[in-house]
Amino acid sequence: MNKAPPKPRGANRSRAPFRQAFESYLGHHRRVARDSARRMLQAPVASLMTWTVMGVALALPVGLLLLLTSLQGVSAGWESAARVTLYLAEEVTVDQADGLRLDIAMRPEVAEVELIDKTQALAEFRSGSGLDDALDFLNDNPLPHTLLVTPTDRVRSELAMQGLLGTLEDIRGVSRVQVDLGWLQRLKAITEVLGRGVWALAALLALAVILVIGNTIRLAIENRRDEILVAKLVGGTDAFVRRPFLYTGIWFGLGGGLVAFVLLQLTLWWLSGPVERLADLYGSQFVLTGLSFQGNLVLLMVAIGFGWLGAWLAVKRHLVAIEPG
Amino acid sequence: MIEFEQVSKRYDGDHTALKQVNFQLARGELAFLTGHSGAGKSTLLKLIMLMERPSAGRVVVGGQLLNTLPKRQVPYIRRHIGVVFQNHQLLFDRSVFDNVAMPLEVMGTPAGDIGRRVRAALDKVGLLSKEKMNPIQLSGGEQQRVGIARAVVNKPPVLLADEPTGNLDPALSADIMRLFEQFSQVGVTVLIASHDIALIDNMQRRTLTLADGRLVSEGGVS
Ligand SMILES: Nc1ncnc2c1ncn2[C@@H]1O[C@H](COP(=O)(O)OP(=O)(O)OP(=O)(O)O)[C@@H](O)[C@H]1O
Ligand SMILES: [Mg+2]
Repeated sequence: MNKAPPKPRGANRSRAPFRQAFESYLGHHRRVARDSARRMLQAPVASLMTWTVMGVALALPVGLLLLLTSLQGVSAGWESAARVTLYLAEEVTVDQADGLRLDIAMRPEVAEVELIDKTQALAEFRSGSGLDDALDFLNDNPLPHTLLVTPTDRVRSELAMQGLLGTLEDIRGVSRVQVDLGWLQRLKAITEVLGRGVWALAALLALAVILVIGNTIRLAIENRRDEILVAKLVGGTDAFVRRPFLYTGIWFGLGGGLVAFVLLQLTLWWLSGPVERLADLYGSQFVLTGLSFQGNLVLLMVAIGFGWLGAWLAVKRHLVAIEPG
Repeated sequence: MIEFEQVSKRYDGDHTALKQVNFQLARGELAFLTGHSGAGKSTLLKLIMLMERPSAGRVVVGGQLLNTLPKRQVPYIRRHIGVVFQNHQLLFDRSVFDNVAMPLEVMGTPAGDIGRRVRAALDKVGLLSKEKMNPIQLSGGEQQRVGIARAVVNKPPVLLADEPTGNLDPALSADIMRLFEQFSQVGVTVLIASHDIALIDNMQRRTLTLADGRLVSEGGVS
């Protein structure tokens, strides 16, 4: 140490001090990243468990969202399945009603029209409602004739449907028009509710993921307490001390993201057969679509982000407490 | 290099560990800090290291007033102060080389320089041949010397030692003292806390004596 430092090095350093500092900084990042990964893989079972917890927590909401998106696709495709019920005015006779049926059936946007006359309607109502006895007290049949209109496939959009309803309403003899979206409408409402539910679930699971990572990092901090003390003692900045743990968080996030990816692929593959059969049964073009390439990339990024965030929170909380003294 | 001006340190509760301590150490000076157990030796060193802050008075190291130094500046001050502690605080999960390299790592020293400087420091303490070993495989004296190598590897202008010869035999202690003398000869300010009176007398150096937190003697050569 008495000897003067070798000159050429000094000259080197002064030639490109900034570049050298930057390279050494990058080198440090590389080393820390590699070291964090190595430490994680040294406890493969524990790490795998953390990844799996993360993976499940990520895959669950993503899978449900995919299912919902697919269901929304179905309802969009089946707008045409809506049926329109026309309640005719009371004074309209059966013959007039049948005339109306023929008129409406001529329309290009109408596929089929069925007439249900009031006697038939009452009979159906009787058997369906269980109000048999009560109905006996009525002298007159209070029900109107009705026409059941099935639009063609051309009336897919909301707008076309509105147009058709408008024209049907204006027909003389029609007193009331009712669109029966039936199960389709219900499906829509359900998917909407489920959509919100899934997002709420996703938020909760994201919180869980962050806490799981935070706890894992807390343990890592405890395990490396001595090292942290020495690093602080010899002049390590907070950023220096934080770095390995942030990288650990990133690696756990990446692992969790990969597990989520695998789980989603497996589930899709496992469901694809039954879903196809089901769709065939209902004559639907329903397909359960997986994530796109970009989608998967986003999934990984989000997972890594959560890992980093969890680590950052744990580090923020626990690292300040470790001070030499 | 080190300047204490009316420095007091009170720990929570109202135990006063240091009372109005005044002294100065010049560049390249080697001094001992002695006193009974609990006299405040470690506390004084911790104030220089910014592991504690003074309750009153001024602590100046290298021209920098430490009292009001913001927390985020602390690491940069510590890089200029080498420390050898009672419990040597070596890490047993890495080699001797990696232990000694830590102060350079935190400074972001380029990898090539790290190798050169770590070997120079290990050579200095006579442990160059053991760089690849784990510190746990070394004797107490060797571990202490690894600690010294780590303290001086980045050539700090100030070197602090708290009981560096704590449980070493006299011959080893003398060895280590000779190392400290060599550092002071190249301009490092060295302050050694110790109650090994025999050793201190032997060295014929300036000795600061604390008693119940007061500096009772800052004599020249004792
Ligand atoms: N963190 C602390 N909190 C409260 N009191 C403390 C703390 N550190 C030290 N003290 C008290 O301050 C006094 C001085 O302690 P210090 O460690 O400086 O003594 P010392 O001279 O180094 O003793 P020794 O020779 O036994 O190491 C002691 O009475 C001790 O109890
Ligand atoms: Mg002490």
